[in-house]
Amino acid sequence: MKVNKKTIINIVIMLLAYALVFVLINSGVLSRQYKSLIVPICVNIMLAVSLNLVTGFLGELSLGHAGFMSIGAYSSALISIALSNTLPPALAFFIALLCGGILAAFFGFIIGVPVLRLRGDYLAIVTLAFGEIIKSIINYLKFTGGSKGLSKIPLYSDYRNFTVVFIITVITIVLISNLINSRDGRAIKSIRDNDIAAESIGINISKYKVSAFVIAAGFAGIAGALYAHNVGIIKPSIFDYNKSIEILVFVVLGGMGNIPGSIISAIILTLLPEFLRGADNLRMLLYAIVLIVMMIFNNSKFKSSLSLNKTFRKLGKEE
Amino acid sequence: MLECKNLGIQFGGLKAVDSFNLNIEKGMLYGLIGPNGAGKTTVFNLLTGVYKPTTGTIRLDGKLINGKTPTQINNIGIARTFQNIRLFSNMSVLDNVKVALHEKVKYPLLASMTHMFGFNKKEKEMDELATDILKVFSLDDKSDTLSGNLPYGEQRKLEIARALATSPSLLLLDEPAAGMNPNETEELMETIRQIRDRYNLTILLIEHDMKLVAGICEKLSVLNFGTELASGTPSEVLNNPEVITAYLGE
Repeated sequence: MKVNKKTIINIVIMLLAYALVFVLINSGVLSRQYKSLIVPICVNIMLAVSLNLVTGFLGELSLGHAGFMSIGAYSSALISIALSNTLPPALAFFIALLCGGILAAFFGFIIGVPVLRLRGDYLAIVTLAFGEIIKSIINYLKFTGGSKGLSKIPLYSDYRNFTVVFIITVITIVLISNLINSRDGRAIKSIRDNDIAAESIGINISKYKVSAFVIAAGFAGIAGALYAHNVGIIKPSIFDYNKSIEILVFVVLGGMGNIPGSIISAIILTLLPEFLRGADNLRMLLYAIVLIVMMIFNNSKFKSSLSLNKTFRKLGKEE
Repeated sequence: MLECKNLGIQFGGLKAVDSFNLNIEKGMLYGLIGPNGAGKTTVFNLLTGVYKPTTGTIRLDGKLINGKTPTQINNIGIARTFQNIRLFSNMSVLDNVKVALHEKVKYPLLASMTHMFGFNKKEKEMDELATDILKVFSLDDKSDTLSGNLPYGEQRKLEIARALATSPSLLLLDEPAAGMNPNETEELMETIRQIRDRYNLTILLIEHDMKLVAGICEKLSVLNFGTELASGTPSEVLNNPEVITAYLGE
């Protein structure tokens, strides 16, 4: 690994983030409610970063990310339940996590191969439909618990095991950031910038579109697995298109092709509904308004004058 | 080296290119000229697989290449630039060339994701190769600039550099001097000659700038309404009365 200034800064930021959360959990500053948000934040970061690979770096709009998440969540939960009495919980969890990721990646391949011929709006609609199909199938099947959902999933990835969740999140971020700054990442970005030119210099567009899709789906699956082992009960309705849109919002707000941006916006937008809890009925309305305001500020002529955005940009360049 | 026989493509009722013949020998600098809308860029798109010809054959070193995809054709050894510049504008100048080294320097996906397993060595190799090519176009001092922020003339040069990075045997240049001033054109002519000698290239170029064409091309073909009007040495062609009529009218 290249050890330079950027790498050191990134490691320091990671350690600081870990120390901060560790202190917050153990000092008792956080209420139960906020403690329970720590893992969902990590899950959302993983979802946002992986979707950014498809949307920000490959340049294709995908509205089915929650579908891949649900595959990871359900498959890992089923495996975990089956293994819970035979293996130690940590081992069972990791096997489940890995299987969840692999299965989601496999579905990413299944969906990726036929739809890679489509682009833009068409691809977006097909991925949206895919997400809904997955949801309907899970709803219909018996062993997934149907619409009642799957319960009694071992609660492995809750805040008490924060270290494990944090490491998995960091690994996800590092792997995807590395990928982007590599031979394969450049090929993916070249397709986004100009697919005709990418073909003309011998880049196999289909191969890289599918690869990006599969990798993103795999990490979404792992995120889903973490989620399932955090809440203990999963229902198909959690993974509907609203969830996909929510992930897309993280990506768009953080900036297409900006990984630190995705991380920050996933953190802010996961916490925001909790901060607004006091507003009761107006909560979702306020959430929407805050979102609109943030989007306008993030994408306007104020852009250069806003210090918040400057830090976003700077961080983005660091990646 | 490149041989087209009876090449043609039809869009609906329009014959954009019709029974076009071309024979380029190795190491030649060949010019393709013609009035606007004559089908020059369509010929390029046929040669690079963007369009599939409806009639005729294209052979590179005797091997039939029509029907192949643009990616395959590039891997066989034809690289091109575009009339309307198509750079990867959100990527740096260096990355634009490095992405074109994709087939030349390879490492597995695992190395990409971990930045280990020989990643640094291969990346260094790519950096060196890319910088060498950028030096030819005096772009090496701008390697960190976003390619979209380069001035127009340098964007054209970078496109040629990117095409060269795929180590082609045949280079197709679509109006390389478009939008350049006379000085820049002069300099470009010199660079084109240089890269041909240095990289053992055969070059086919489309150009409107007659000075450039007459100055560097060894042979010309003139297209008009999708068919070949004349071909031969620049002086023969440019003094051909039919060619003059096609350009200037009766």
